[in-house]
Amino acid sequence: MPAIETFALEKTYAVGFWRKRPRRALHPLTLAVEAGEVFGFLGPNGAGKTTTLKLLMGLIFPTAGSAQILGLAVDDPAVKAQIGFLPEHPYFYDYLTARELLAYYAALSGVPARERTRRVEAMLARVGLADSANVQLRKFSKGMLQRVGIAQAVLHDPKVVFLDEPMSGLDPVGRREVRDLIEQLKAEGKTVFFSTHILSDAESLCDRVAVVHRGELRAVGAVAQLTSAVHGQVELIWQGTEVPASIKALGAECRISGENSRVILPEANVEAALDLLRRERRQLISLNPVRTTLEEYFVQQMNQKQAGA
Amino acid sequence: MNHPITHIAANTFREAVRDRVLYNLVAFAVLMAGAAVLVGQISIDIERLVVINLGLTAVSLFGVVIAVFIGIGLVSKEIDKRTLYTVLSRPVRRWQFIAGKFCGLAGTLAVNAFFMGIGVFGALLYVSRRLQRADSYVLVALYFIVLELLIMTAIALLFSSFSSPLLSAVFAFSLFVIGSFSEDLRGFAGMSNGLAHWLTTAAAYLVPNLAALNVISPVAHGEPISGSLILWNTLYAAIYCLTALAGTVLIFERRNLK
Repeated sequence: MPAIETFALEKTYAVGFWRKRPRRALHPLTLAVEAGEVFGFLGPNGAGKTTTLKLLMGLIFPTAGSAQILGLAVDDPAVKAQIGFLPEHPYFYDYLTARELLAYYAALSGVPARERTRRVEAMLARVGLADSANVQLRKFSKGMLQRVGIAQAVLHDPKVVFLDEPMSGLDPVGRREVRDLIEQLKAEGKTVFFSTHILSDAESLCDRVAVVHRGELRAVGAVAQLTSAVHGQVELIWQGTEVPASIKALGAECRISGENSRVILPEANVEAALDLLRRERRQLISLNPVRTTLEEYFVQQMNQKQAGA
Repeated sequence: MNHPITHIAANTFREAVRDRVLYNLVAFAVLMAGAAVLVGQISIDIERLVVINLGLTAVSLFGVVIAVFIGIGLVSKEIDKRTLYTVLSRPVRRWQFIAGKFCGLAGTLAVNAFFMGIGVFGALLYVSRRLQRADSYVLVALYFIVLELLIMTAIALLFSSFSSPLLSAVFAFSLFVIGSFSEDLRGFAGMSNGLAHWLTTAAAYLVPNLAALNVISPVAHGEPISGSLILWNTLYAAIYCLTALAGTVLIFERRNLK
């Protein structure tokens, strides 16, 4: 049974003051996320990522279609006890301290009173806020608030965790910590569904990703599958800073990097290039197929859509 | 008690305390102390009457201002600041959120009225040197003021569930003024005919009958309040609050939290 499933989930808003006209924020979305997966929901700003997350959290209601989490309807209280949610740019009750806020959320999540203190303290230590536990949140920096946000999302040990732009506004160290935390959650067997427009994060963390643009699902699949060798090109690296003219003649793009030469050439010319290097007695370092990065794939998807429009 | 309503109510109370809402007690204390000293010097034999009138009116007005200004922000502020997202993504029903918010503000107003009540009795003791049996009726008047504040909180919540904070404040204060003169509205309904009669009668029943909850004048004159009035007013306030809260829940349950 998938951890998260949407069935033609759709959201249309009525916009305008006098004459309301429909604006579709999310085209019918059918998606399944397996249990234990780290699933990236990618798209530029305004693509429909937050709308989808709000629909899954029951904060807004679908115009059509439905969604299930752990096999139950999204508004079922039994589901809510087993999910954690970090909204985009989280804002919390700033008159509370981090400890009070987490204790409040633990209570609302149904964590038994005798266990609350232990969980809160453990979570404060886990996100590195033990020293600031008694400081009111109005004195917290953006990065610290993001940590509180992550802490409240996983405090009650949920099975499925939804993170809306979890790296947003974080410095490189903070981003690294969030990445580590997502990896820990995966190691604990939890399902993580996170939206982002930072593609390097998705590339390094996700088992599968979905790409959305203007409310429409453009692609879904494993990162490796989406970024597989589509160019039919290979990258050849050898020691030395000279590129023989005979290799250049094979249609290679050449670049010297430090003590090494790097060329990209059509797959059909690999054997010829290797023969040439052997003859020239160059020491081969690596030979790899050229893969599209997730970023290139993403841009390609965006451009295709714009060209179609 | 591990129930979402209890936790939300406790958090709402804590917010009011930390946002220094109860600081109004300082202003009230200054007003009562000033009034007690001044009344003692300028009035002869009517000190008690003046202190009760002034004190209870101040309790009511201070409370209504707090009930309306905090009540209109109870839901809208949570939506605007998106603090609601992390609450409703937990096993908390929307009606529980509304009920918790209402109970939290009701608790704040009751605590506020309690301390103000102490202030009124303190001023009474200062001007009369001793408390009389008739002074116990002030407790009933204070109880009715708390009922009035609960109704105003429920009204403010209802308006804030579908309107902007500014309009909600205007609507709620308008209803407070109309409700305070509801006896006149009923009198007008009795005198009018035809469509005007039906419209004014409907309006008279729709607006809160706050005039019935205002016993400040009889209490100031030492008149006792009947048990049946206490019972009917309690029932009326309970029904009015529940109806307004049901309306709030009905609207809020269908609302998209953008």
